[in-house]
Amino acid sequence: MTIPADTKQKAAGRFQVLRLVARNKLALAAVMFLMLVVLCAIFGPWLMGNLIDKPNFRARNMAPFSLAQGWAYVLGADTLGRSLLARLIVGAQNTLGIALFAVFFSMVIGGFLGLIAGYSRGLLSSVILRVADIVMSFPSLLLALIVLFSLGPSVTNLIIVLAVTRIPIYLRTTRAEVLEVRERMFVSAAMALGAGHMRIVFRHIAPIVLPTLVTIGAIDFATVVLAESSLSFLGLGIQAPEFTWGAMVATGRGYLSNAWWIAFWPGLAILLTTLSLNILSNWWRTYADPQQRWRIELARSKKGIPEKRT
Amino acid sequence: MAVFGFILRRSAQSLIAVIGLLVLVFFLSRLTGDPAYLYLPLDSSEAQRQAFSEAHGFNDPLYVQFGRYLLGVANLDFGTALSRNRPAMEVALEAFPQTLKLAAIAMSLALTLAIVVGSLAAAKPDSLFDRIASTASLAGASAPDFWVAIVAILVFSVGLGLLPTSGTGTPLHWIMPIFVLTLRPFGLLVQVVRGTMISALASPYVKTARAKGVQRSQIIFRHALRNSLLPVITVAGDLAASLVNGAVVVESIFGWPGIGKLMIDAIIRRDFALIQATVLITAIAIFVLNILIDLLYARLDPRIRFQAK
Repeated sequence: MTIPADTKQKAAGRFQVLRLVARNKLALAAVMFLMLVVLCAIFGPWLMGNLIDKPNFRARNMAPFSLAQGWAYVLGADTLGRSLLARLIVGAQNTLGIALFAVFFSMVIGGFLGLIAGYSRGLLSSVILRVADIVMSFPSLLLALIVLFSLGPSVTNLIIVLAVTRIPIYLRTTRAEVLEVRERMFVSAAMALGAGHMRIVFRHIAPIVLPTLVTIGAIDFATVVLAESSLSFLGLGIQAPEFTWGAMVATGRGYLSNAWWIAFWPGLAILLTTLSLNILSNWWRTYADPQQRWRIELARSKKGIPEKRT
Repeated sequence: MAVFGFILRRSAQSLIAVIGLLVLVFFLSRLTGDPAYLYLPLDSSEAQRQAFSEAHGFNDPLYVQFGRYLLGVANLDFGTALSRNRPAMEVALEAFPQTLKLAAIAMSLALTLAIVVGSLAAAKPDSLFDRIASTASLAGASAPDFWVAIVAILVFSVGLGLLPTSGTGTPLHWIMPIFVLTLRPFGLLVQVVRGTMISALASPYVKTARAKGVQRSQIIFRHALRNSLLPVITVAGDLAASLVNGAVVVESIFGWPGIGKLMIDAIIRRDFALIQATVLITAIAIFVLNILIDLLYARLDPRIRFQAK
């Protein structure tokens, strides 16, 4: 057997995180909702893909909470009689997928530039920082609008724009960490052993910075979902026939007075998704903070705050 | 005078940033296509389009156009807004105060409310009030503003008929835009205030004050709050830029004649001079704000000095 001795312990630790999440009702609800959304995103198009562009003229502007046209129309239908439930489920894929790619690319590129800016202290690093400052100080939505309008709205461009506006966050964090890590003993040791710059940066420094980046990426995900929705809502994001929840709200905007549900449901889906993400990242922040962790680890007693464990 | 040196240095840095932004916007906006197709009737001839482009200088090479633009800017001439046939800067400056008023009210409202709610929540962590405040602030920070605006219209205009859907005339017109614009900064700031207040309330000087028998409200609002204000101001400053994001959405939904709506219109109508003028104004406003926040920061915390680095 070559299983390391600490595997069991690690598995227990992971299990403990789950148990602690389960103890907090809000966090548990958030996890369950997110799992549902992810399942929709993965299997939605396969399950309901044939329903999203099938007009059903008997169901035009059909009000929600009625099963007259079958369960697919329980959330109502839009002006063409397309099932809103099906569109919500299928739309999850684009909504989450675009945000996922944007977060991934901004993390990789921002991390890479941050490694350079932190490790080399030359002209290049100050140019990178200045550009990041410019991108960061200007309202991201405006920048995205201008870029999207010039390059033409498409899914690829949407991902590029969203990634670019988030890069400075990863860049600055990585740089700050690299500045600290590069002074540590093992870097000097690697240098003394004759390791090249590339090897030091990618084999010794990068693995230490990575967990921080992933955490920030998870927290940033909600922001990117909101940004994509805003762009799609303003009409410069995703273009028909493709759609995301943000674009669905935009479609429903014109029918507020006679069919409120067209704009309401997709917006609610966005709200619940970003809210769940934020609840979880808040929970995680408390969990990861050694000074606050006891709040989670101790069961809540009936009399308010339990005694602090030392 | 360290302060003047600081302001000078920061202004120089901001100037470089503004110029970088203008270069970017200038060349990006030229990629969008020929304005001649948008401004002339569909059945106009090729010769007419040529004449139009010639008259507005769109036929020259890009670098010539850019040079001409820079010369104009140096002489405070920002070009003509094609879509309105007026000087671009005049149009932008007209719209700017509308956004500024909206943003200033929303931001002060968000700050005040967040400080009160956040402090009270931190005073009794895990209490009912804290849990309600935390969840509500999380919801505020997570809500898509365009959707909140639409739901507000649905409830208060379509449903109850209480508030007007768009325009600026009466005080009633201000309620929904300000509410929507306040929501996200409020949600984010409550969390920051709550977080810093909890750690401030656990600090030794608060324990000393409590041991001395200082009143609880005085400990919270005088001792702890003053020390927690610094991070709150930093976050509030960062939020100011994103407030412009919110303003774009809110203005376009509520038909508010501010700089955000103007910019979207300008982008869609390929009004290059107007895009540049609005970007310039927004950028300058944000950079001035950043410098002011840094000054305020130093004022609140005497340990911070304007280092010449």
